[in-house]
Amino acid sequence: MKMHRFEEIWLVLAAGVIILSMVVTGYQTFALGMGPPSNKETIDPQKVDETAPFDEPGVYQIGENEYEVVMTLQIFSFNPGDIEIPAGSTVHFTMTSKDVVHGFQVAGTNLNAMVMPGHIQKITQKFDKPGEYLVLCNEYCGSGHQLMSTTITVK
Amino acid sequence: MEATAIKHSFTEKANRALGVNEKDAKLTLTYLSVAFIALLIGGVLGLLQGLERAGLLQLPSWLNYYQVLTAHGVLLVLIFTATFVVGYFYAGISHTMGGLIPKVRKMGWVAFGLMVIGVVFVVTTIVMGEASVLYTFYPPMAASPYFYIGLVFIVLGIWTSALGVFTNVMNWRKNNKGQHIPLLSYFAVGVFTLLFFGSLGVTYEVLTLIPWAFGWTETVNVMLSRTLFWSFGHTLVNIWYLTAVSAWYVAVPRIIGGRLFSDTLARVVVFLLVILNIPGGFHHQIVDPGFSEGLKFMHVFMSLSIGFPSLMTAFAMFAVFERAGRKKGGKGLLGWFKKLPFKDVRFLAPFIAMVAFIPAGAGGIAQTNNQLNQVVHNTLWVTGHFHLTVGTSVALTFFGIAYWLVPHMAKREFTPRMNRLGIIQTIIWTVGMLFMSGAMHTVGLFGSPRRTSYSTYGDNATALGWDPYLILLAIGGTLLIIAVVMMVYIVFYLMFKAPKGETEFPIGEPEDNAAPTPMWTERWGLWIILMLAVVAMGYVIPLVDLIVNAPPGSPPFKTW
Repeated sequence: MKMHRFEEIWLVLAAGVIILSMVVTGYQTFALGMGPPSNKETIDPQKVDETAPFDEPGVYQIGENEYEVVMTLQIFSFNPGDIEIPAGSTVHFTMTSKDVVHGFQVAGTNLNAMVMPGHIQKITQKFDKPGEYLVLCNEYCGSGHQLMSTTITVK
Repeated sequence: MEATAIKHSFTEKANRALGVNEKDAKLTLTYLSVAFIALLIGGVLGLLQGLERAGLLQLPSWLNYYQVLTAHGVLLVLIFTATFVVGYFYAGISHTMGGLIPKVRKMGWVAFGLMVIGVVFVVTTIVMGEASVLYTFYPPMAASPYFYIGLVFIVLGIWTSALGVFTNVMNWRKNNKGQHIPLLSYFAVGVFTLLFFGSLGVTYEVLTLIPWAFGWTETVNVMLSRTLFWSFGHTLVNIWYLTAVSAWYVAVPRIIGGRLFSDTLARVVVFLLVILNIPGGFHHQIVDPGFSEGLKFMHVFMSLSIGFPSLMTAFAMFAVFERAGRKKGGKGLLGWFKKLPFKDVRFLAPFIAMVAFIPAGAGGIAQTNNQLNQVVHNTLWVTGHFHLTVGTSVALTFFGIAYWLVPHMAKREFTPRMNRLGIIQTIIWTVGMLFMSGAMHTVGLFGSPRRTSYSTYGDNATALGWDPYLILLAIGGTLLIIAVVMMVYIVFYLMFKAPKGETEFPIGEPEDNAAPTPMWTERWGLWIILMLAVVAMGYVIPLVDLIVNAPPGSPPFKTW
């Protein structure tokens, strides 16, 4: 197959876009720790209430300016809801679902993770800007899906 | 090569003398009728959704938003596309291979029957409110078992139609030893190979869901189901795309009075898409738990590699346009562009489809990179993305095909009036999609989620800020329903009312001085082995992990 010179240039550029994408994504993931939420722990989805740490969902301070939120998602709510944290805190979310598939998304941040029954999902975010952040479920979970929301208030 | 050319022109002449095989035409027109009825119903449901989502319409309690959304998804992404793809390629095989062999025609009808049975089950359960699970039907949300049984029938129909394609092609190869299968049939083999292998995983999933939904088994492996679903879900997307691309490579050059860019390159694009496609589905699971970052990183490559053949196509298309335009006397750097037949809707519709694929493909490349995906996952951005890819690139190409395929099959003329109507239809559709897809992309970046009915989340200020964009979305939806009605009218007018006559089935010819296509492009056994190897690379590790290290399963939930 003989190719036109321009076609060769074009295809080299095409391969370049793909390689560049790989390099940037790989660097961010493995050097800067910005990879997507990928926790691999599992849990019995029918025994969430009896299993630590989900037997006591809540906001826990674990260091200076560092918090862990242990959260269960269930139709159609987040537990705990209406979270308050001081500005400048780093928050680690540890989440699982008690029933169907849910999504955890905080508008205006990069917090976005699937929360599946049987799996424990973890994601971290540093909240610098004070304000009220909208937390919503972004995976269809039933007739009340559009009501499944809460807020994080950063003071 | 000369022998092929003679043979080819012989088939052409035979087709011209005998016209289209009436029995084959009936089969294809039946499939296309169902496709466009599905488009009409799915389109109306889409409008209801768009208006509801913008807060302009309150759906009655007996017609739930998620019920409408499920039906819209199933009718448009499963029924419209599947029936169109089968009808179109059966016509293509009939045309390029001198008619369907009787056994295959029969298989075409059996496939149709199986799909109809499947659709009846699926639609009935949705209408009864027993299956508001969206077209992705993620467990542990459980629909009525009859919904899944319907899906099995649809898959059986697809497999039967695939078997028909393979039977006809193998029969042709036996009678035409040492020759290339015609390019359009080559695309058909690629598409149905993907349909068959791509649907294996989801079939296993559905077969585990049926006893679970009946209550015969207690729990189901949620992550395994989801992963198997997406091994199919994204393959399906690329099946429509490959179908559209077949018209770009084969029909469009003929319509603009040009020649094929390169027969070889077209075949390379087909088998590359077949080999690379199936693991692409993993990019729907980038923010899922249960997979390591390393695995997800490997899948960035698996998804992006699918983009490469598309970039080959982009070059080929514009090269064909330039050559055809220059042959017609177009001068200078861009003079050829003005020579293109923009007043011929058979060209205009697929041309806009190709242009739409530039931002659509770029958006796809961007969002498959893990961290960027995290920004837009499950937001309206994604919905905007596939209304640009499927809703614009694929749909407009399918419409572009219908303008000549329907009258060709019905032995009628494609009249100038229908051409004018078609141009108006194309423009309304394009503007509608610009509004809809543009608004969805933008508001998705702000965080507005997909797959949710109208909600202000308790008058939250952030959510209220999304409302103006949702109004634009509704405006787009309103324009689109006008275009849908026009399109359905055009199709049925061309099928039953247009004046009797001939319409050409456009098949592009290679350039006179084109190098012969090498025979290795016909090695389908090798492409399938390579495809299975790529599937194994992408899926063996996560599937074994999901099965061996599975958490206790989930019981069924009905949450609507």
